[in-house]
Amino acid sequence: MNLDEYRGIWVYIEVRDGRIAPVSLELLGAGRQMADKRGVPLAGLMIGEGIRPLAETLFPYGADQVYVYDNRIFSDYRTESYMRAVIECARKHKPEIILYGATSTGKDLASAVATDLETGLTADTTMLDVNAETGLLEASRPAFGGNIMATILCKKHRPQMATVRPKVMKALEPDETRTGEIIDEHISLNEEDIRTKVLKIVRETKEKVRLDEADVIVAGGKGLGSKEGFGLIHRFAVKIGATVGASRDAVEAGWIDHEHQVGQTGVTVTPKIYFAIGISGAIQHLVGMRNSGLIIAINKDPDALIFQSCHYGIVGDAFEIIPMLMEAFQEEPDKEVSYG
Amino acid sequence: MLHIVACIKQVPDTKIIKMNPKTNTMDRASAPAILNPYDAHAVEEAVRLKQRYGGIVSVVTMGPPPAVKAIRKCVEIGADEGYLVTDRAFAGADTLATSYAITMAIKKIAEKQPVDLVICGKMTIDGDTGQVGPGIARRLDIPPLTSVKKVVEVNKQQGYAIVHRKLEDGYEVIQSSLPCLFSVEKEINEVPYSPLPNMLRAARYNPIVWSVNDLGDIDRTLLGLKGSPTIVAKVWPPEKPKGGEMLQGSTSEQVANLMDILREKRGLFRVKEGQV
Ligand SMILES: Cc1cc2nc3c(=O)[nH]c(=O)nc-3n(C[C@H](O)[C@H](O)[C@H](O)COP(=O)(O)OP(=O)(O)OC[C@H]3O[C@@H](n4cnc5c(N)ncnc54)[C@H](O)[C@@H]3O)c2cc1C
Ligand SMILES: Nc1ncnc2c1ncn2[C@@H]1O[C@H](COP(=O)(O)O)[C@@H](O)[C@H]1O
Repeated sequence: MNLDEYRGIWVYIEVRDGRIAPVSLELLGAGRQMADKRGVPLAGLMIGEGIRPLAETLFPYGADQVYVYDNRIFSDYRTESYMRAVIECARKHKPEIILYGATSTGKDLASAVATDLETGLTADTTMLDVNAETGLLEASRPAFGGNIMATILCKKHRPQMATVRPKVMKALEPDETRTGEIIDEHISLNEEDIRTKVLKIVRETKEKVRLDEADVIVAGGKGLGSKEGFGLIHRFAVKIGATVGASRDAVEAGWIDHEHQVGQTGVTVTPKIYFAIGISGAIQHLVGMRNSGLIIAINKDPDALIFQSCHYGIVGDAFEIIPMLMEAFQEEPDKEVSYG
Repeated sequence: MLHIVACIKQVPDTKIIKMNPKTNTMDRASAPAILNPYDAHAVEEAVRLKQRYGGIVSVVTMGPPPAVKAIRKCVEIGADEGYLVTDRAFAGADTLATSYAITMAIKKIAEKQPVDLVICGKMTIDGDTGQVGPGIARRLDIPPLTSVKKVVEVNKQQGYAIVHRKLEDGYEVIQSSLPCLFSVEKEINEVPYSPLPNMLRAARYNPIVWSVNDLGDIDRTLLGLKGSPTIVAKVWPPEKPKGGEMLQGSTSEQVANLMDILREKRGLFRVKEGQV
């Protein structure tokens, strides 16, 4: 494999329901920096049906080029059809790096593509850098349940690939004066070649929990004592317009659904503010929230681990403190920011 | 008669694990080795499908000899046969090399009886990538179905399976030809306490053990460290928590203090008038 043949940085652009996933724009931001450092172009790769009009919206976010596969066969995401497009495009244009959002789709696609391209894939990356001369991608990620951080390299294979956690990279402020080139790609692929078929897509009607996109999260743990006690978390969250999170123990006690779980086996979140209430601060919980902007912990045990990983801590009983906080919000005079 | 292969791994319990602060390596002795929790759901689902349609469940793991224990755990859950693929040649494998070795083992298992379905866990708690399952599917050239949270039907006669795949905001109903591979979510089932006869059988059970030489026409350059495109260049401890500032004073003083801090961030709150 002649590594020098490979040039340019790509971002797989995930489109859900006609909208570009935020993580794809974040990766364009990270990719732009690396592309500038290397002096190579940054491209988006977009697959779907009726998505071509979205391509030009990527230029303000840093893309120099966008490869587009717009075809009926891509109307639903299917591993088998989408991977064929990515593999063919990568073989044809030979990028040195391809980044994907570490969403369920991004991970599914990247895992399949990496196997066929016989190249390295780093999962759930939280830090990215590139060596300006060698072009080596330095992808770092938490490992062993967050006990260590590891930097992964892929020295002898191209493209170097990584899935990157949503909300850790920053999208650029869109610059509407930026332009670029749209490259239409085609693939000969028949429905008979694909062994899977999406029969139906069911959107759960209940308000979806988007913990990973929340700006403010109020998370409760076992310390709330009961399902009724956990109601305090819901009331506080509604009061301040926050999203509810939970520790695993609260989920396993049946007080709240699994989709609210933050941590290693739940969601990784990076809100601007994270309230940890009655949560002890086990490492599996911390890995899911420690990159939050401002962490406020309330726990009645002064030795709770969470106090070593928060910005501000209050030692005390949640059932006393939270109602007082809610009252304080109520009395906030500045109606312009519409407190309560 | 379905033949289902579940892929499982023995992992250190990362909750209890201690790190050696000098070398930044895991002190493996400090952590009990357990069956990867997600893989217990994979085996359980395989056993349920066996009960529903008839068939046999084989489990396969690539790992060091003590992984026998994890296989016994799967027998407790209801697996019929276990295969331990163990060899120094596999050491240091990343996900690409791991999926290759396991695929070779599955091909060999399939020589006894063709495989209809492969089931993996969502991810391991040590490797933590979720990449091995789709990797195996690609190498076997069967469709990978990840994020499976419900199996609606497996129809061997007509050669298809229908499952629910979890999406960000719901799920999709997807049909695939058989054979295929599922990576299953934790919510797909609950693993009940094992029935006594399974426990008794497991206690005495010894899996079939294969080394690299047993795996037929295998390309050794694709195994272990040699066959791994990725390398771990550096490990370091995550940033030590600095420890927060503890708010002082009476409870009401603490709350007032916290309100001062939050007031600076008020733009972030989107409270609607008239709620609660
Ligand atoms: C493989 C694996 C994966 C895991 N994944 C996750 C994960 O994704 N997410 C996760 O959260 N956990 C996870 N865990 C579990 C994790 O190790 C902890 O067990 C869990 O986070 C503890 O939850 P908790 O803090 O709510 O409960 P506890 O540890 O019981 O803590 C409750 C806290 O509440 C405090 N408290 C009690 N009463 C009050 C009161 N009235 N007011 C204020 N404080 C009070 C107590 O002092 C205590 O600190 C995982 C574990 C394993 C082994
Ligand atoms: N060494 C292994 N032996 C057997 N199966 C494995 C092994 N490693 C991973 N798997 C399977 O692949 C899934 C995903 O693992 P990972 O990619 O490590 O997160 C696991 O849940 C297992 O089902």
